[in-house]
Amino acid sequence: MAAAGPLRPFLARAVPLLLLGAVAAFPLVFTKPFPRHLMIMIFLYGALATAWNILAGYCGQISLGHAVFFGIGAYTSTLLIREAALSPWLGMLAGAAIAVVGSQLIGYPVFRLRGHYFAIATIAVGEIIQALVINWDWAGGARGLFVPIKRPDSFVNFQFHESKAVYYFIALGLLLLALGVTRWIEGSRRGYFFRAIREDQEAAASLGVHVAREKHWAIAVSAALTALGGTFYAQYVFFIDPESVFPLSLSILICLVAVLGGVGTLWGPLVGAAVLVPLSEGTRVWLGGGGKALDLLIYGALIVLIAVFQPGGLVGLAGRFRRT
Amino acid sequence: MMLEARGLDVLLGDYQVLWGARLSVAAGEIVALLGPNGSGKSTLMNTISGLLRPQAGQILFQGRPIAGLPAHRIVGEGLSHVLERRRLFPFLSVRQNVLLGAYSPAARATRDDQLDWVSDLFPVIRQRADQLAHTLSGGEQQMVAIARGLMARPRLLMVDEPFLGLAPRVVDQLTEVIRAINRGGVTVLLIEQNVERALALAHRGYVLESGRTVLEGRSEDLLRSAEVRRVFLGG
Repeated sequence: MAAAGPLRPFLARAVPLLLLGAVAAFPLVFTKPFPRHLMIMIFLYGALATAWNILAGYCGQISLGHAVFFGIGAYTSTLLIREAALSPWLGMLAGAAIAVVGSQLIGYPVFRLRGHYFAIATIAVGEIIQALVINWDWAGGARGLFVPIKRPDSFVNFQFHESKAVYYFIALGLLLLALGVTRWIEGSRRGYFFRAIREDQEAAASLGVHVAREKHWAIAVSAALTALGGTFYAQYVFFIDPESVFPLSLSILICLVAVLGGVGTLWGPLVGAAVLVPLSEGTRVWLGGGGKALDLLIYGALIVLIAVFQPGGLVGLAGRFRRT
Repeated sequence: MMLEARGLDVLLGDYQVLWGARLSVAAGEIVALLGPNGSGKSTLMNTISGLLRPQAGQILFQGRPIAGLPAHRIVGEGLSHVLERRRLFPFLSVRQNVLLGAYSPAARATRDDQLDWVSDLFPVIRQRADQLAHTLSGGEQQMVAIARGLMARPRLLMVDEPFLGLAPRVVDQLTEVIRAINRGGVTVLLIEQNVERALALAHRGYVLESGRTVLEGRSEDLLRSAEVRRVFLGG
């Protein structure tokens, strides 16, 4: 890199601040819905992949069932609106709490498995939960649930029909929360235990790391953050069904986003989202229904390239250039 | 007795590896655990440290039963286990690897003193503090692994094959450090393939064969024993 000497620490502080400023000013400059929608999706997927990364990237437990927590968040807040007319903000917290409880119940049996078997088991859990919800008539079954539209826009109701700007900042907040939590874990003792488990579970256990407890911590934090995203999605789209919030494809997409950007790094998941989301939205817009699977084809190719040439993801790639 | 294991039966899946194995270690000793490949040495050590659960048998550590306790509890009791092939965290730095050894609250309280002590024992920890563990040589990695085990302030240190794949000069060096650790008040139990080298270091030895403890004795007696020769060379 060209920057050297005293310029470098200055840049290290200035660049993130400038970026944050640019991100904050974005909705003022771009007033059309589409660019705002694009950014909201980047923030949402960035937040989801960042949450996933805590369990999978730092603690090494590759989950392919994170849609479960997303769905729990979406369904909890929506059902609480229907049954108790509760503000989605409280529903969001309730969703996160239920996701944490659910994650502990899921973790208890599933953490006994390792590596590929763990990943396969999380797929099975995801499929089971989706099947259960499809057949749960009280929760809308396969028909799904509508979030009752309330006008005018209000913060308490978490509904903003006039402009996407508020959603933009809420999604940004979720992303910053996920990044902040990750950053905090990264520097904490617990973060080192997570990484020790990822690198060598037996060696960690032999040093006295309570492996089971640390894994349960990792999945709890990851599930809670994922559930927040689920509630956001429900309040953004106003319709949820098992196909949209519990699908395996969502679990895999969350994983792909993080893998593309760089697993086990702070910024990787966000970078992955910033690349994949425009790709997917772009092919959807430019090619319409006919190009439906093209984004998946491109994802697939990207993942293969990343796996072969740069397992550290795009962030790892950047690191490689910096060193040379 | 610092450590006493009796009648241990251990299965790996459906396969029974240990058949009533026993072993005891007195405070202040260096004890070698010997035996041919596949005789169950590592399995015995893994059972003592709680990585495996025995089907039957008793393990007493400082008079308290520890069989079946999870590994993290046993470390807290004062028993450290340095695994075979060192098992460092390859993409963490040397310093991070060593500090991860001080997991228990008791060890954390005196972490800095302990770090000074192990850094004096193994200068490599200071020299290569920020280097990633996988970039070290085999001997250096072994030293970091032992240092990591010592960070838990163990009364008993168990080391599985510390000399595996090391150059003779490094082996001599490591032998001296293990003696120094022992003089510092840490009881040592180690596994080693080379009988003469192990018994030159240890006060006493146990010989395992097919999962049973077949011989025990003082090092000088075992060195002269025809039975030891039979176990290792067959016949």
